[in-house]
Amino acid sequence: MNFDPRFSGRKFASVGTRPIRPDGVDKVTGRARYGADFNMAGQLVGRVLRSPHAHAKILKIDTSKAEKLAGVKAVITAKDLPDLTGGDAAMYDILDNCMARTKALYDGHAVAAVAAIDARTARQALKLIEVEYEILPHVTDVDEAMQHHAPLINDTIFTEGLEEKPVKPSNVTKRSQFGHGDVHQGFGHADFIVERSFKTEQTHQGYIEPHACVASVSSDGTAELWVCTQGHFVYRQHCAQLLGMEASKLRVTSSEIGGGFGGKTHVWAEPVALALSRKAGRPVKLVMTRDEVFRASGPTSATSIDVKIGARKDGTITAAEATLRYSAGPYAGSWAEIGAMTAFACYKLDNVKTVGYEVLVNRPKTAAYRAPSAPMAAFAVESAVDELAKELGMDPVDFRIKNAAQEGTRSSYGPVYGPIGIGPTLEAVKNHPHMKAPLKKNQGRGMACGFWFNFGGQTCVDLNIGMDGSVSLAVGTVDVGGSRASLSLVAAEELGIDYAQLKAVVADTSSLGYNDMTDGSRGTFSSSMATISAARNAIKILRERAAQMWDISVDDVVWEQGHAVAKGDKHGNLGKLSLKEIAAESGKTGGPIAGHSELVADGAGVSFATHICDIEVDPETGSTRVIRYTVVQDAGKAVHPTYVEGQYQGGAAQGIGWALNEEYIYGKDGRLQNAGFLDYRIPVCSDLPMIDTQILEIPNPNHPYGVRGVGETSIVPPLAAIANAVSNAAGVRMTHIPMSPPRILAAIEAERGG
Amino acid sequence: MVEVTLWGALGQLAGGKSKVEVEAKDIRELFRKLAEQYPGFEPWIDRGIAVAIDGTIYRDTWSKKLPEGAEIFLLPRLAGG
Amino acid sequence: MAGIAVSTTINGDNIEYLCQPDETLLDVLRDRLGLTGAKEGCGTGDCGACSIILDNRLVCSCLVLGAEAEGRRIETVEGMAHGDQLHTLQQKFLEHAALQCGICTPGFLIAAKDLLAKNPDPTEEEIRFGLAGNLCRCTGYDKIVRAVQDAAHVMKGA
Repeated sequence: MNFDPRFSGRKFASVGTRPIRPDGVDKVTGRARYGADFNMAGQLVGRVLRSPHAHAKILKIDTSKAEKLAGVKAVITAKDLPDLTGGDAAMYDILDNCMARTKALYDGHAVAAVAAIDARTARQALKLIEVEYEILPHVTDVDEAMQHHAPLINDTIFTEGLEEKPVKPSNVTKRSQFGHGDVHQGFGHADFIVERSFKTEQTHQGYIEPHACVASVSSDGTAELWVCTQGHFVYRQHCAQLLGMEASKLRVTSSEIGGGFGGKTHVWAEPVALALSRKAGRPVKLVMTRDEVFRASGPTSATSIDVKIGARKDGTITAAEATLRYSAGPYAGSWAEIGAMTAFACYKLDNVKTVGYEVLVNRPKTAAYRAPSAPMAAFAVESAVDELAKELGMDPVDFRIKNAAQEGTRSSYGPVYGPIGIGPTLEAVKNHPHMKAPLKKNQGRGMACGFWFNFGGQTCVDLNIGMDGSVSLAVGTVDVGGSRASLSLVAAEELGIDYAQLKAVVADTSSLGYNDMTDGSRGTFSSSMATISAARNAIKILRERAAQMWDISVDDVVWEQGHAVAKGDKHGNLGKLSLKEIAAESGKTGGPIAGHSELVADGAGVSFATHICDIEVDPETGSTRVIRYTVVQDAGKAVHPTYVEGQYQGGAAQGIGWALNEEYIYGKDGRLQNAGFLDYRIPVCSDLPMIDTQILEIPNPNHPYGVRGVGETSIVPPLAAIANAVSNAAGVRMTHIPMSPPRILAAIEAERGG
Repeated sequence: MVEVTLWGALGQLAGGKSKVEVEAKDIRELFRKLAEQYPGFEPWIDRGIAVAIDGTIYRDTWSKKLPEGAEIFLLPRLAGG
Repeated sequence: MAGIAVSTTINGDNIEYLCQPDETLLDVLRDRLGLTGAKEGCGTGDCGACSIILDNRLVCSCLVLGAEAEGRRIETVEGMAHGDQLHTLQQKFLEHAALQCGICTPGFLIAAKDLLAKNPDPTEEEIRFGLAGNLCRCTGYDKIVRAVQDAAHVMKGA
């Protein structure tokens, strides 16, 4: 397909407006169907038995008593999910995470599951399953797990990426390094050097909707799966591979999704539900409890990061270095690698080096969380940058402007940047009234920058024109926050029709070609590209049909503002034909009119944000209040600005929770102690002020409308912006996230005492 | 002939080199030639390698042309949330 | 186990159902009556996604037993619109894009309805504390607060 994705700089009629979303009414009336809102005739209730131990060998599982309980229709263990991964290590990890095979690797790890006629029977059955464990020593802290004497989580892991292959296994799965220049030399030229160590605790994406699915496997080998997911096509691949099915025989329908933020990107419960349904011969509904969501799904990495930055008196950074350790849960990941790539991405550096270590711990398998790994790295780096500015006696914004990356700068992760928005966001912040607003006693202001790559990926769209001229748009990227609205705007723009003439839906896996997940801020970026391409293909057909109706050459027909227009003088007497008029005749001119697109959207533009926040600290208790918050971010092009603002505000709010409250607390026994929303406290309405936003639009040269991704970058700066604000308010540098009242109070008291 | 910059782990597989020269017109040919020259690359290519061409990151477009003199960087293929 | 017969009023309709003694009102609404507008986000009364109004009182239906609804009056999100006429709050939530994923929306609408019934002219702070029992992970609450402010303004004028 010859689709030209380059930015064209056109004027917009629909894109940039703010209509009501097409799925809106269903969502305000309670009609929208989420994961747990769907039922099948004869369905059973599935429930999962989970390990209470952080690390234990599974010696024996006796399910006989549970099987005999009246109303129990199936009991499964790892034996019912044999290893069909064929040496694919990443898939094997997912399989083992769905159902522990030989060892339970964290508190909450699934070890067995039942399907019964109702929830009460299923719960009773779980109690009748006898599991014999041999408890092993465990480790949950990222730094402790790196020690030589730490309990080994997987004795087949030998650190990858070392100069020499290690002789002993360890919990460090991989070392990765990025950078250029010579940092040793660079630090030699520095007049001031700041060197600090930081820690961040593990957080959960905190989506309000627990994982939920309904699985139905037929004896003929076909199956259906209804599920809340960020990527139903990916879930189909995973489930088909793990269950030994043909992908095309498994039809996956994505429900409305009640939040994902990266946490609904790989399977947990779905293969279990399918295996239960296969064994029971009936549909099975499996919904996680909130406790299970915290203990077994989600979380992001806990980290430990050392940063060193040096600068000359004039404010030029001469060298920057960071060592980043990220917990991955009990399976290998690339979390530290991403941290190492993004840490210094905002700056123009001649000498930079980052080293990342992936570390296994007895915690749930780390999943992506909105710009995964970047917020922690930004927290460490932006805290040190602030401190360095202070030592230099420079304004923190001016110091960042002086060192900001720009078009042509070699990024800290390697390539040279094209047009980017870090400079403009900093200039906007410098001139923002928020920076000049007065502060009261015990209040501090902080600002920080953030970077995220944004991604594209495999994408597919069908655009069908009905005989009444209305247009249905079937997309394959799950709508997590308004993308059906933005994609409808894009289709309306290309076709030159009214937004109300369109209806966008998310198609199931049997109705559309493969689509990657909605992750990496790719939903609107990728699917808008495919929508533009599909609309252009439909326009080609509309022109052909108009040419037939007029009996002229298609070369003489152009498409303008929703109409076929005969060009040139020789057809001057022909009027225009609207899309509606052409559609009405479609049965006589060759049949249905549609446009399709299958493409790989690549070249997503990197994006930058700068945030400002004011925090008030109570020096007696260490408690904090967010007084004011401002987000400035480059969107490339905001297709539906209201939902872009929403992404900015939502990311900021999640970052605020991470910075001030949220953390996984493990006991000495390796058990999670706060697996509920009461004790794992995410921000509530009364915790937050209004969150101001400013959208900058520096077009992405690799998208026809200039779109970059917008979903993730907004969570990158908050940890650092808030840490800088708290540090300024409290008069002491905060180095451990979350900055909960006890930690702030301890820091203040240590400063007073010292 | 294009000059390709490797990241740390790949550099080690290429005998400690951070840059290699390859005769390749597009990403597909680049991967094929790299796998021939450095068999250790193969599992990495299977797992996913992204190619940055003059600063733009391509993860999947293996047909992407490699212009003469372009800056070409290999990066781990990452995903987001 | 024998079921308990319950007679109650839901969104103005007389409804009768049988439920188990340990069954929550949320489970009854969702699984027995097909009213899936109320959501289960936690099952422990912490997230507010299952908010309903029970005899003019805002409650988490996951903390109420189905049997307790006997003789009482229940309002859920399904009863907010009149025919195809959306409630002002519903309309304002749409206009202000006060939802992204929308899973918390039914709970917020019910909580906001209860708030405005008791305090038709709330300050921003009163709205924020009035809705503090409902968790939203997508929006940062900004647009929700604005939607409620706008709805209050319109409803006062009506």
